[in-house]
Amino acid sequence: MKCAVVVFPGSNCDHDAFHALELCGQDVDFVWHKTGDLSKYDFVLLPGGFSYGDYLRAGAIAGFSPIMNALVDFAESGKPVLGVCNGFQVLVEVGLLPGALLRNENLRFVCRHVYLRTENNDTRFTDKLKPGQQLSIPIAHGEGRYFADEATIKSLQENNQIVFRYVDQNNNTGGDGNPNGSVDDIAGIINQRGNVMGMMPHPERAMEEMLGSNDGVHIFQSLLA
Amino acid sequence: MKVAVKVRLKKSILDPQGKAVNQALHQLGFDQISGVRVGKLIELEVADGQSKEDIQKIVEDASRKLLANTVIEDFEIEYPEAAK
Repeated sequence: MKCAVVVFPGSNCDHDAFHALELCGQDVDFVWHKTGDLSKYDFVLLPGGFSYGDYLRAGAIAGFSPIMNALVDFAESGKPVLGVCNGFQVLVEVGLLPGALLRNENLRFVCRHVYLRTENNDTRFTDKLKPGQQLSIPIAHGEGRYFADEATIKSLQENNQIVFRYVDQNNNTGGDGNPNGSVDDIAGIINQRGNVMGMMPHPERAMEEMLGSNDGVHIFQSLLA
Repeated sequence: MKVAVKVRLKKSILDPQGKAVNQALHQLGFDQISGVRVGKLIELEVADGQSKEDIQKIVEDASRKLLANTVIEDFEIEYPEAAK
């Protein structure tokens, strides 16, 4: 697969994402946000960071950078797009995914490993995972509180678009697993068509056992298989 | 001319920043203040010489497209007298 990692001014997980894809044996390019063409790629990853300094709202200004028209076309053609952290914020700002990401309920920038439960393993990003499989993956964000109105949450639930939920060590929601106050413990969602996924946790930072966890590998292997 | 756009989190959405400011105010003894919500004030410089309707249309459009995220925020526009 020919993979693109989009680089905005202020991206800072672009090299981690590049490394993760390389570890999976993929051919990867960095693509500067001023590029208007993604036609030679099979997969686009929007990495974490603080694009445009998070000015106005996280992801808002990146959402209007030159590459976005190409990205929307790319997504509409059915090819896979993964947004991680700031990349997720960009995807909701441009409307490729529903909802919004708000300041964490506890006002802190939270940087630690969290537990995720796989809620939908019937997606191209998660089909190497078992239903309910628990993952330990780090988060690092100050604005990750997923929010959407009731009708949107209901439709996400009904269409099985909630892919990952924050859980406690025992794989249960409702305990102390939710690090930011996200509605319904949502950590990651997918669009109805199943080709655009956004998540706040960083699978690209969980690729090697010696760095604490390699649970992120399952996500990349699902996608790249 | 200067046009101001006030952007606020929707009423139904928890504003932890406002809560923290409220707590700090209470620590300073401002017990009479019972609630705080923090928003943004954005001042736009809009080219003169256009009709009121055009200016209103431009600012509304800009607010809806970029300045506010209407999933979570409401906005209110304040025009100077001349553009009302």
